[in-house]
Amino acid sequence: MEDTKPEETNVEEQKEEENKICLEKLEEAKLKDKYPHLGNKPGGSDLLRKRLQKGPKYFDSGDYNMAKAKTKNKQLPVAQMEKVEITGDHITGDHIPTPQDLPQRKPSLVASKLAG
Amino acid sequence: MMAGVGGGNDFQWCFSQVKGATDEDVAEADIISTVEFNYSGELLATGDKGGRVVIFQREQESKNRPLSRGEYNVYSTFQSHEPEFDYLKSLEIEEKINKIRWLPQQNAAHFLLSTNDKTIKLWKISERDKRAEGYNLKDEDGRLRDPFRITSLRVPVLMPMDLMVEASPRRIFANAHTYHINSISVNSDYETYLSADDLRINLWHLEITDRSFNIVDIKPANMEELTEVITAAECHPHQCNVFVYSSSKGTIRLCDMRAGALCDRHSKFFEEPEDPSSRSFFSEIISSISDVKFSHSGRYMMTRDYLSVKVWDLNMENRPVETYQVHEYLRSKLCSLYENDCIFDKFECCWNGSDSAIMTGSYNNFFRMFDRNTRRDITLEASRENSKPRAMLKPRKVCTGGKRKKDEISVDSLDFNKKILHTAWHPKENVIAVAATNNLYIFQDKLN
Repeated sequence: MEDTKPEETNVEEQKEEENKICLEKLEEAKLKDKYPHLGNKPGGSDLLRKRLQKGPKYFDSGDYNMAKAKTKNKQLPVAQMEKVEITGDHITGDHIPTPQDLPQRKPSLVASKLAG
Repeated sequence: MMAGVGGGNDFQWCFSQVKGATDEDVAEADIISTVEFNYSGELLATGDKGGRVVIFQREQESKNRPLSRGEYNVYSTFQSHEPEFDYLKSLEIEEKINKIRWLPQQNAAHFLLSTNDKTIKLWKISERDKRAEGYNLKDEDGRLRDPFRITSLRVPVLMPMDLMVEASPRRIFANAHTYHINSISVNSDYETYLSADDLRINLWHLEITDRSFNIVDIKPANMEELTEVITAAECHPHQCNVFVYSSSKGTIRLCDMRAGALCDRHSKFFEEPEDPSSRSFFSEIISSISDVKFSHSGRYMMTRDYLSVKVWDLNMENRPVETYQVHEYLRSKLCSLYENDCIFDKFECCWNGSDSAIMTGSYNNFFRMFDRNTRRDITLEASRENSKPRAMLKPRKVCTGGKRKKDEISVDSLDFNKKILHTAWHPKENVIAVAATNNLYIFQDKLN
């Protein structure tokens, strides 16, 4: 444990705070360089909505046909590089699934190895 | 750097046991998703991604086998949840066990609640060590006897048999959550419990499965206006009318169920003030609280966010009374941690029995302990390399600067796939359980 005088600790603490903020802003700059279209509200709706909809999506013929009907009428706008795009997760209906998207079949149920 | 951490005597953590497969290839189903001691510490339950529960029981002290004193061995294992499919939304419902919570023991049987994303189940675990023999209408092997051949009657006798531990689902609490359940918590009245998903919290009676009271609802009328979600919730350990819930914005709300049927208006609001000029893209994400736990005393609560653990005094809402840095060196890695999703990892935290120490996990199979009295902290590693019986654990250190000392590990060498998200501390003794992916480590204090 360090043995510093109260005033010195305050200055050190302030420097630490400033350091922390610098590091975070540096990291933010790195991210914005890589993904220039990243939205300004990362904790906002899109991120949260992605969180609310976790889980593998399956092929849904209703969604598929609706999405096809949409693209017939207008060109889909260039997708924004939101975090949603990076991970490949999409809200059902916006993305027409392909065989590569379909997840692996689950293996049959076996006993836990912790009990073995 | 002190070798141990503890109130009064320094702890000396030693390896005790490790459970689970040793091969490098980890089956997804084997990943441990929750660890919980029961109220006495005699039983230790784990849940995994495959929907299975394994319960370990502590061996009694015995003169015949002095070396296995205090060892945890398998007591019962069962399939709690199975994968389901929501046809309406074309979504798979994972069988992963999100949380297990024990009920206090009231008779010979043990009860626990286990939950996946959508359904909570009450399991009864009971022992059977006797069986009746000498039935009149059945043979010993169960075949029915011809009733016309029975010439005399006898009273069946109870004979000892090999111990059998049976787990049976007693209640299934389903269809009450639209979003994913993140927490369950048994109330101190031992009659009710709460379950929380991203947007709502429900109150149940343990005996009643066909109805549940919604006590918190933060779903906005328009989902476009969604700004925060519920991340964890817990009942107060002594006051059955009080509970807390944490949010993705780093705030905690304490609610009193006596105030109204719907607790949308909090009684207390805990938030640490932040300088708006210091906000970055990552600020809100790393402030999201992944776990909230009341102290055993009920006077404090602890929250875990991405980089730190904070202890709050329930009487002071404007800032925590203690803040502990778990892995501050990750602040300079936030960009890559965002890209590989690690920034969204949900670490849990726990108190020791006397509330003098707290523990939480980190990466590289490291976990951290903080002594609240001495303010000392220690980093330990759950690894099969230190797995000789009763071998003392060596403190670990991560170096951030250029010069790496011997035995230190640099930030860039950390394995971010080896995360310790779930840890548990025995309610009375210095025994801890640490889940490292698919392995369960048990460590004990040498002085135990």
